[in-house]
Amino acid sequence: MSLIVKDVSKEFISKYKRTSTLENFNLEIQKGDFVCILGPSGCGKSTLLNILAGLENATKGVVILNGNEITQPGPDRTVMFQEAALFPWLKVIDNVEFGMKMAGLPKEIRREKALHYLKMVHLSKFQNSYVYELSGGMKQRVALARALTLDSEILLMDEPFAALDSQTKMILQQELQRIWVKTKKTIVFITHNAEEAVYLANRVVVMAANPGRIKQEFIIELARPRQMESSDISYYTAKIMKALKEEVEKVAKAEYDGDWNIEENTVLYSSDTDMGGNL
Amino acid sequence: MKKILFYILLILIWEGIYKLGVDILGIWKPYIFPSPIDVFKTLVGLIKDNTIGIAIVASVKRIIVGYFISVIIGVTLGLTIAKFKYLEENLGPLILGLQTLPSICWLPFAILWYGLSESSIIFVIAIGSTFAVAMSVKYAIKNVNPLYIRAARTMGAKGSKIYTHVILPAALPDIVSGLKQGWSFAWRALMAGEMLSSTKGLGQVLMVGRDLADISQVVAVMIVIIILGLLVDKLVFSRLEKNMRHKWGLDRA
Repeated sequence: MSLIVKDVSKEFISKYKRTSTLENFNLEIQKGDFVCILGPSGCGKSTLLNILAGLENATKGVVILNGNEITQPGPDRTVMFQEAALFPWLKVIDNVEFGMKMAGLPKEIRREKALHYLKMVHLSKFQNSYVYELSGGMKQRVALARALTLDSEILLMDEPFAALDSQTKMILQQELQRIWVKTKKTIVFITHNAEEAVYLANRVVVMAANPGRIKQEFIIELARPRQMESSDISYYTAKIMKALKEEVEKVAKAEYDGDWNIEENTVLYSSDTDMGGNL
Repeated sequence: MKKILFYILLILIWEGIYKLGVDILGIWKPYIFPSPIDVFKTLVGLIKDNTIGIAIVASVKRIIVGYFISVIIGVTLGLTIAKFKYLEENLGPLILGLQTLPSICWLPFAILWYGLSESSIIFVIAIGSTFAVAMSVKYAIKNVNPLYIRAARTMGAKGSKIYTHVILPAALPDIVSGLKQGWSFAWRALMAGEMLSSTKGLGQVLMVGRDLADISQVVAVMIVIIILGLLVDKLVFSRLEKNMRHKWGLDRA
């Protein structure tokens, strides 16, 4: 399997201006890769994911999956969104079965597979619950199980943990790592959190904004399971942050007043600092 | 318990005003202001000689037929408009306009078509709620969270399957709210229609009360109409709507 993004550009044309969200974006992803796309807000990373999913079409360039051009969404590229997007009128188990039902799989096979993946995300107890009974983290687990049941070539994740509290997020990151090691699924994961990217990915692609393009790519060669607090993670994170910071600053400068500067704000001077004068 | 006490108090005040205005001061004639006791007596009489029973059966029959027709046409119309942008832009405002037309304005039209018959009242009921149902079905479909559709498409759902498995169930709570609104339109149209052109039914019994200058009968029938309306609204629609909104997670922000 291979996913090739070739010279993809995306422009949004409104009445007053044309915005170039992506420009000549090239990326090649191999089977079993875990790629994190990292970038400041507004750099076009979600647009890229939508194009990979087939939910949006590129203005220029092509995306090729196993030799076929991607033009529309399909079950070979499942997506996990920031919101779980579970269907509230279905029970948890029926939500997990949804994709397989669309594919026309018989009931028994669907049920068996759904239970298998629900077990993998530790929610088999809740198979007969309704969505409103679940917490945010549980919903994302169900969404993950639902995405896994389709045996898609590739799993696209659009900041799936961004809306969760930090404890829940940490647990789910561990789970995702475990599941990836177990299933060796190809994953493209969008995030704006450098630490998360280093913790999860084999490759971290840092994007630059205006227009969106690849700034730098990092290969993360760390053994798994990784520990979030390990110094190796911090080492890579610091390296990536350096590349990312320039971009964050660029985007922020465009938004804030002209005299704003990221460097000035790195040390906070306080008026009651006495420099040890009372020793 | 507190509620019952409140209504007992309300009836006592009513009786008090009656005693003061009619018996003591003589400002009003007894046929202008009814007493709660007379109303209750009349109500019992109407129930005993089965006038109310026959009237309710006749009215309920009409509204069921009329409402059924309006739901079928309204839902179909709403779905069609939601599906085609051209229709939405052009037919939408017309339907909105027709919805603002009080349904009783259709009665002369209906009488010319069907004569003074059962069909003309059913026509007024159906037309009174069809447009309200159609508009709310359209809004319900348009209000479906686009994320659901995107998620379904990435899972391989296509075309009519998206409609039957995602859009319709997602829109269901809003559709039920629309059906509830349609019911109240139909109920009003029924009463108006029966009062003007009918030989049986609650509206007609109400008019007989007027013809006989029997204000107790008028008020008694009004109370029956209120109770019936409340029963259907609370026991059927509100309950259904509430359960559904709860399950769909719409009742919390």
